[in-house]
Amino acid sequence: MSRIEQRFARLKAEGRAGLVCFVTAGDPDAETSLAILRGLPGAGADVIEIGMPFTDPMADGPAIQASSLRALKGGMTLRRTLDLVRRFREGDRETPIVLMGYYNPIYSYGNERFLTDARAAGVDGLIIVDLPPEEDEELCLPAIRAGLHFIRLATPTTDEKRLPAVLANTSGFIYYVSIAGITGAAAPDARQVAAQVRRIKRVSALPVAVGFGIRTGEQAREIAAVADAAVVGSALVGRIAGAASSDAAVREVLDLVRELAAGVRSARRSAAE
Amino acid sequence: MTIQKPNSFRSGPDAHGHFGIYGGRYVAETLMPLILELEQAYEAAKRDQAFQAELDDYLAHYVGRPSPLYFAERLSAHLGGAKIYFKRDELNHTGAHKINNCMGQILLARRMGKKRIIAETGAGQHGVATATVAARFGLPCIVYMGATDIERQKPNVFRMKLLGAEVVPVTSGSQTLKDAMNEALRDWVSNVDDTFYIIGTAAGPHPYPALVRDFQSVIGRETREQMMRREGRLPDSLVACIGGGSNAIGLFHPFLDEPDVKIWAVEAAGLGLDSGRHAASLTAGRPGVLHGNRTYLLQDDDGQILEAHSISAGLDYPGIGPEHAWLHDVGRVEYVAITDREALEAFQLCARLEGILPALEPAHALAHVMKVAPKLPKDHIMVMNMCGRGDKDVFTVAEALGVKL
Repeated sequence: MSRIEQRFARLKAEGRAGLVCFVTAGDPDAETSLAILRGLPGAGADVIEIGMPFTDPMADGPAIQASSLRALKGGMTLRRTLDLVRRFREGDRETPIVLMGYYNPIYSYGNERFLTDARAAGVDGLIIVDLPPEEDEELCLPAIRAGLHFIRLATPTTDEKRLPAVLANTSGFIYYVSIAGITGAAAPDARQVAAQVRRIKRVSALPVAVGFGIRTGEQAREIAAVADAAVVGSALVGRIAGAASSDAAVREVLDLVRELAAGVRSARRSAAE
Repeated sequence: MTIQKPNSFRSGPDAHGHFGIYGGRYVAETLMPLILELEQAYEAAKRDQAFQAELDDYLAHYVGRPSPLYFAERLSAHLGGAKIYFKRDELNHTGAHKINNCMGQILLARRMGKKRIIAETGAGQHGVATATVAARFGLPCIVYMGATDIERQKPNVFRMKLLGAEVVPVTSGSQTLKDAMNEALRDWVSNVDDTFYIIGTAAGPHPYPALVRDFQSVIGRETREQMMRREGRLPDSLVACIGGGSNAIGLFHPFLDEPDVKIWAVEAAGLGLDSGRHAASLTAGRPGVLHGNRTYLLQDDDGQILEAHSISAGLDYPGIGPEHAWLHDVGRVEYVAITDREALEAFQLCARLEGILPALEPAHALAHVMKVAPKLPKDHIMVMNMCGRGDKDVFTVAEALGVKL
């Protein structure tokens, strides 16, 4: 079993949903970013998504755009992102790490070389926003061959006809995007999300994580009641934007993670099973 | 790298939207069903004679097509070589070739029952053309425009507002065309039910590169007919400027399989290719993936997109349409680059010799004509696409020449 599969199996055994935390690699600089990553599991993150910074994050809202630009300004690159993962892995062999971002930096790095280096660094899965199933030959199939999960986004526009194609080469978990929109937009409606999660679970045995628009412990609790995991990103990187110092950034992000984790852990599970 | 020559240069894209390795559909899942729907709607419209007839009617009576093919006699005499013709697409309604594509896309939007139009714009020409057709068909229109571009293209911003469009300043990233395109894509992802995105150049996810090319190919088709009537034969060469590349592909496409027609496309070399301040993606970039397609991009070693620079806001884009990327690799079209300074000289020469103020975009094409025409024989017939008029650029040109208005 992969780290991601082990983690979701354990969550299932514990009878609770998970918390997936997104932060951008190198935001605002490599060392602060590493301190945040190292603090995340202890604060209650069950899975870590690390954003690979890109100049043109077309599916992201203002918070993650700004986060990406801060990281680039701080000198972050894809090679250094993998270094961060490697350093995180020295102290944590269990928490799954998913790299999330856009295709061009990977294509520029070289697909095969990237997959080898990512696997060696301790990456468990990839979410590449601008690689739909139509372009699976590009990176998805090679990633699976390299032993990495390729986690796909399903969205409100992914209809019944299309859902099987989206699920076909997906493994690890499915990321359901709760709204047709960009990251950090309006909060999702938990009832609608519940119906969508049920729709996906009818055709897939994979865990379903739900993200976009979750900002508070209360919202995380509502989503955790109807999904296998809640994903939070914009709200976390927003804390980095507002922090007065490096120490404050680490502290404020982890404070929010603790609030979110408490919300997720207090959820009463209903529709998810 | 050896690339096999295809039997035809006009057969692309394939079923997945690829021109060789370029093109494709690199978009977020939320948009994927929408571009598949657009592809179906476009394929159906192409086969529908009523759609084509309606488009032709608007092109004739609203846009003002066919645009003239004009023999630039004094310029030809001045350069002393090739016989130079201008394809006068600057005489179209709204002053550029952009409206050819906007008219096609808005008829498609109506056919698909879409109620809201969005667009990105750099110089503002595509924004004006989109605002124009949206006004003509009574649809609300939102145009995304980089804050930097808004500052340097004030007349076009006001024109769009007069036409009833909402112009949204984009303050993210470099605040120019690529960022406006990011923001338009973000709008589209957020308004999937009722919105039609009119992309302004032959780039973006499939089917846009093919669709925009098809709507712009009216330029090349007319040129063929007009040249046959005028000279009784095809031209020897074609020249067009290239940002994303829609006016160029529109002129070139009907000639791609004519082996005796030499084709030049002119990128913006800005302050010079060595300066790092240019927009020459083919001459100085390398393949990558941005805005839904694989193509040549200006990017750093980490795959981060670089800011483009050109005196012409319409060429100020770090990418290029995927069909051009392919035509470059297979060697059918020769891509060259012209600096800001060369374009400015061409702008002034054309004004004085022909009484035509070219837009700064085709002034780049003209600068290349000035380089090659003198060395060509007098019976060499050359067609340059005068794809836009220069009224919008007078402030920029005045500033570059150190003149206070």
